[in-house]
Amino acid sequence: MTITSTPTKAPLGNPVAQKASGLFKQRELGIVLALALLVAYTAIDNPRFLSGQSIRDNLLNTAILAVMATGQAIVVITRNIDLSVGSVLGISAFAVATLMSKNQDLPMIVALLVGLGVGAVAGLVNGVLVRYGKVPALVVTLGTLYIYRGITYSWAGGSQVNADELPRHFLTFANDSILGIPWLVLIALVVIAAGSIMMRNYRVGRELYAMGSSPAAAELAGIKVARNLLGAFVLSGALAGLAGVLYAARFGTVDAAAGTGYELNVVAAVVVGGVAVFGGSGTVWGAALGALLLTVIGSALAVLDINQFWQQAIVGALIILAICADRLVAFRIARSLRKRDAHV
Amino acid sequence: MLRSSRTLLSVGTAALLVTGLSACGGTTKDSASNSGGGAQVAASADPNAQAKEGLKIAFLPKQLNNPYSDVEVGGGKVAVGELKGEYKLVGPNDASASSQVSYINTLIQQQQDVIVVAANDPNAVCPSLNQARAAKIKVITFDSDASKDCRDAFINQATTQGIGESLAKMALEQAGGAGEIAVLSATPNATNQNSWIDVMKKELAKPEYSKLKLVKVAYGNDDDQKSFQEAQGLLQSYPNLKAIVAPTTVGIAAAARYISSSSYKGKVAVTGLGLPNQMREYVKDDTVKKFALWNPADIGYLAAYAGAAMASGQITGAEGEKFKAGKLGEYTIGAGGEIVLGPPTEFTKANIDEFNF
Repeated sequence: MTITSTPTKAPLGNPVAQKASGLFKQRELGIVLALALLVAYTAIDNPRFLSGQSIRDNLLNTAILAVMATGQAIVVITRNIDLSVGSVLGISAFAVATLMSKNQDLPMIVALLVGLGVGAVAGLVNGVLVRYGKVPALVVTLGTLYIYRGITYSWAGGSQVNADELPRHFLTFANDSILGIPWLVLIALVVIAAGSIMMRNYRVGRELYAMGSSPAAAELAGIKVARNLLGAFVLSGALAGLAGVLYAARFGTVDAAAGTGYELNVVAAVVVGGVAVFGGSGTVWGAALGALLLTVIGSALAVLDINQFWQQAIVGALIILAICADRLVAFRIARSLRKRDAHV
Repeated sequence: MLRSSRTLLSVGTAALLVTGLSACGGTTKDSASNSGGGAQVAASADPNAQAKEGLKIAFLPKQLNNPYSDVEVGGGKVAVGELKGEYKLVGPNDASASSQVSYINTLIQQQQDVIVVAANDPNAVCPSLNQARAAKIKVITFDSDASKDCRDAFINQATTQGIGESLAKMALEQAGGAGEIAVLSATPNATNQNSWIDVMKKELAKPEYSKLKLVKVAYGNDDDQKSFQEAQGLLQSYPNLKAIVAPTTVGIAAAARYISSSSYKGKVAVTGLGLPNQMREYVKDDTVKKFALWNPADIGYLAAYAGAAMASGQITGAEGEKFKAGKLGEYTIGAGGEIVLGPPTEFTKANIDEFNF
């Protein structure tokens, strides 16, 4: 199986990868441009938008969303979707907050590992149901969205964990920094970098793209589709669980409703970041850029003093605009590539 | 068809009965104020009537598993215990308009003596509540009122006026008597938030508040992340801001958490309406000096006592009647059957450890 797949991939892989990397550069360039325009406009209106505190705030606000967007991007690239991430964040945040409030001396690393673990189990359930239940991921994760949230509600029973019950080192983790970079941002950067490198340079990453491009062909080519799919869902769940720990540390108050509705922000970030919902294209760091753009939009609208009634509509319009710009760039690139090929 | 017309008939009878009752209540009011209440009619109030024991008092909050509702009904449970009654708690998992109806119908079949309900919708629960009243069950609303003609009394946590005034007063104090202040609210169309802010604005127009300037009302949608961002936006847009007033528990906690971890700590005060447990951390680290809230446990407590007094015949729900509510003391029923809990409790570093909700 592997013998047949390697030679067919090698000759095809190189030119496609070259073209693709050029294309991806352009795709993400659109988001970077939109981001630069937005920041410039807001900064002209209010120079304090570029102050150290403000940049720090924006990065901290992005960190949680970007961690979740990394996992979601990988799932979406395989032509699936994980709608349960908001609920996984909730159950992980509540589990970790409860654990830490009862065991004040536990080190932070234990909290992070527990969060990852809770999320991974939730993700595994999603993956197994999608793969072996042969149910579309949209339906499965919509179901588990409610199931995980329901479990959290029945566990919490209306109680909440407050900031004064959490150990000090847990709360300060959200604001502490190392070499001037806050831990939250550092964790997000590591996750994004690891995700990007895995998807770009490693065999398993390319296989995930192949599965999204053509599921049937991937199966015929001998790719271990089941293993990879479970892996993608476990990863998405684990990262949502990690995000839950960061959420608990950042906001300090956790009840059963933590993270309700986050899944839509995450999917929006991934789509704005240039990951096609049909799978097979897009990058992890593009999704992270999407998360940054959405967060900066939220902050900028607050600074620009825009009427609350318009804010959501503007966010929606910007999402569509970002996607249109992205499509336009992709279309032009594709055309110029065709022309070049024709001349050669 | 037959069944539905019969229901219509019974509802009609119930309505007639209710009008009849309230008419009696009307006469009671006069006789009560004149002679202290003589028990000539069955429905009239007798302030000296023996408080009944073993009353079945059922609580139906907006939804279960809501931390705030849990504290409210917790107070009710304590009161029912003091009254030697039977406490029962039922409720839906979602706060949608019609979700409470089936619970009310079940409570009627169980022949409860009192139903204490926080209506999810003022009208959707009305037909069921009136059926309950036709079955001689006393209906007390709390937290959020049902239509006036389908309940016997309403426990109002605080008047809109009282809260607005309290917010303005705390803003003045926390801003140090002068400077720019901003409001961080929930959603732009939250009725209670808007009416409090309106009263606050009217207060700020008075001469003693002339040095305070309300620069913006921001909306955090009762979402942690959004409230964080709005607080950040306020501080960037208004560098001279002295105080943020957040009349919502999510907003005040988010603003306090943000400021406690930013370079604005100590420069910008946070105040408003919050839950002591949620705010304890920030009061102790001096980010928040003072905030307020009515005591939700007292709402449930007062509701249980009002229900018991009514089921015992001490009151009927008419204006001017008085009854005793355990540790809270004596209350007088106001216009439209409203019983006001009192001014909001203020929490500071000195007293916050006495509260647990």
